[in-house]
Amino acid sequence: MNDETVSIRVNGEHRRVPEGISIADLALELGLEPAKVAVERNLEVVPRSTLGSVTVEDGDEYEIVTFVGGG
Amino acid sequence: MAARPEMPTADDCWTVAGRTYRSRLIVGTGKYKSFEENAAAVAASGAEIVTVAVRRVNIADPKQPMLTDYIDPKAITYLPNTAGCFTAEDAIRTLRLAREAGGWTLVKLEVLGEAKTLYPDMIETLRATEILAKEGFEPMVYCADDPIAAKKLEDAGAVAIMPLGAPIGSGLGLQNRVMIRLIVENAKVPVLVDAGVGTASDASVAMELGCDGVLMNTAIAEAKDPILMARAMKAAVEAGRLAYRAGRMGKRRYADPSSPLAGLI
Repeated sequence: MNDETVSIRVNGEHRRVPEGISIADLALELGLEPAKVAVERNLEVVPRSTLGSVTVEDGDEYEIVTFVGGG
Repeated sequence: MAARPEMPTADDCWTVAGRTYRSRLIVGTGKYKSFEENAAAVAASGAEIVTVAVRRVNIADPKQPMLTDYIDPKAITYLPNTAGCFTAEDAIRTLRLAREAGGWTLVKLEVLGEAKTLYPDMIETLRATEILAKEGFEPMVYCADDPIAAKKLEDAGAVAIMPLGAPIGSGLGLQNRVMIRLIVENAKVPVLVDAGVGTASDASVAMELGCDGVLMNTAIAEAKDPILMARAMKAAVEAGRLAYRAGRMGKRRYADPSSPLAGLI
């Protein structure tokens, strides 16, 4: 393990997270269940099957969404 | 007369994009006071499809309850919408995420022209429909009450045509019966009135025009008793559908007695 961090944005908010973590790790760190959300990374949808294998990179921009009530 | 046990739920299903449903009422899940009330209203409505929105998760409070905890997506079809999208690109981006979140391709497309009327932008809507169909989506499309635009949407790959009856959330009832009827006559895919229903009779009117279904949110959610109104809407949609199938009597300008004139003393 190293103590380096990377700088990212999640849903418009700036965050620092440990270097080398996966997107699934990021979701868990945020308190989210990866199975209940969808993730967009730098405007590209990340397939759920690859959330565990894609590494969070410095400067990434994420949108993490879910279903809410709507008409 | 022999008893006719047939019920609207038993033998009168409708099919969209290969999926068959008994209920012709689709309900929204917005504007409810609580998830409990929302879930009870959906149950009372008998709806098998609910619309949902796609929004950012609340990172500040990730453990708060979620819609899926109250309305089971395995039991009820979730129809993700693009409410709040004003361009084809925004709508497509939203639905690509929805497809990943849910794993399904049946979606509700709406591309709005402006915030005041929430009237659809048909040029952007048509463009988005073409792109979504090419990407394998099955879009049910909110649209203007324009029979020509409706036909173009169908040709572009819309799996259902959903004209508004009045502005979203207005509860004004169907303002455009003639146009809705024309769209129904011309369409080869299901036609559902989406938006404008205020009370039960409005839903019956839509069904009596031959629509395959009705989609509503505010009429139920903003009723004083949403669960009772959900029951009313279920009955109204079924009654309107039965009346359409039964074929209404012709209209006359003057009276026509119901009792025989022969044998009058």
